[in-house]
Amino acid sequence: MNAKPLVSVRIYVLVFFTLLVLTAVTTAIAFVDLGGGINNAAAISIAVCKALLVILYFMHVRYSDKLTWVFAAAGFFWLLILIGGTMDDVLTRPSLSPGTASAPTQANPR
Amino acid sequence: MSKVEAFRQHHFEDVEQQHEASWLGMWVFLATEVMFFGGMFACYFVYRHWYLQAFASASNHLNLWLGAINTAVLICSSFTMALAVHSAETNRRKPLITYLLLTTVLGLVFLGIKLFEYYSKFEEHLVPGSSFRFEESLARPAEIFFSFYFAMTGMHAVHMIIGIGLLTALIFQARRGRFSAFYHTPVELTGLYWHFVDIVWIFLFPLLYLLGRHV
Repeated sequence: MNAKPLVSVRIYVLVFFTLLVLTAVTTAIAFVDLGGGINNAAAISIAVCKALLVILYFMHVRYSDKLTWVFAAAGFFWLLILIGGTMDDVLTRPSLSPGTASAPTQANPR
Repeated sequence: MSKVEAFRQHHFEDVEQQHEASWLGMWVFLATEVMFFGGMFACYFVYRHWYLQAFASASNHLNLWLGAINTAVLICSSFTMALAVHSAETNRRKPLITYLLLTTVLGLVFLGIKLFEYYSKFEEHLVPGSSFRFEESLARPAEIFFSFYFAMTGMHAVHMIIGIGLLTALIFQARRGRFSAFYHTPVELTGLYWHFVDIVWIFLFPLLYLLGRHV
């Protein structure tokens, strides 16, 4: 509906190349052993950065009104509850893990 | 009646309100999509925590390069989609059609590479089921990893196919001159959908292909 474009082509190009560079970086990091924790943290944080770039610029959220921010954030907020709430249970209660009591074991014969 | 007013449906006060309703409606739909994929992501994290060794070992059977190339292909397609929306905003029909076509082609390239990956998994007996073969001690949980792999990338591919269908419809409509700087809501909203599908892959790539390489 906008008579003039929201975002200039220059910004699209910049975001595009940043996304490609981040993809190259995250792939390169996979070949270097920094210790599992750091490797994983790098992979996930780069993915979050890329997603934010797409949402803010390609999806125009940066230039949209507050209501759009709320709508866009709501999905991710509930996602955080879903994953956070699940994982805090799984990580802190070893009794949930398979291999204890009634849960199936790793080397279950097929 | 002005050119803009011609696109207004009778139940809206004005075209701005009509556009805002469509725009926010699309964001609500995308929020439900976040939850839909989020359920699978949450399950993946739980099982990865339980069967860390098997998930790492199974993940190394995926082709990292094909995953990375497909990530780049999707980013390119998001870029061309953004340029398609930009072309509509600036009232340029020819570039709009070209960028929509490019986006469609890149989407098909992604699906082609994905298809090749699936084919290799069948050949390597890594598809869950009676012909699944894996190192004996990790076979069961590795099968779970590949169930996640096919469910998540498969559901993502379904979204890509729907996206390509939407793009095809847009190309026909754009050729008939339906979109202009005044009215291009369908292009804008399909763009949102396409970028969302790109974001899902942006997370699937590290989760399935990268996390297993160093545990």
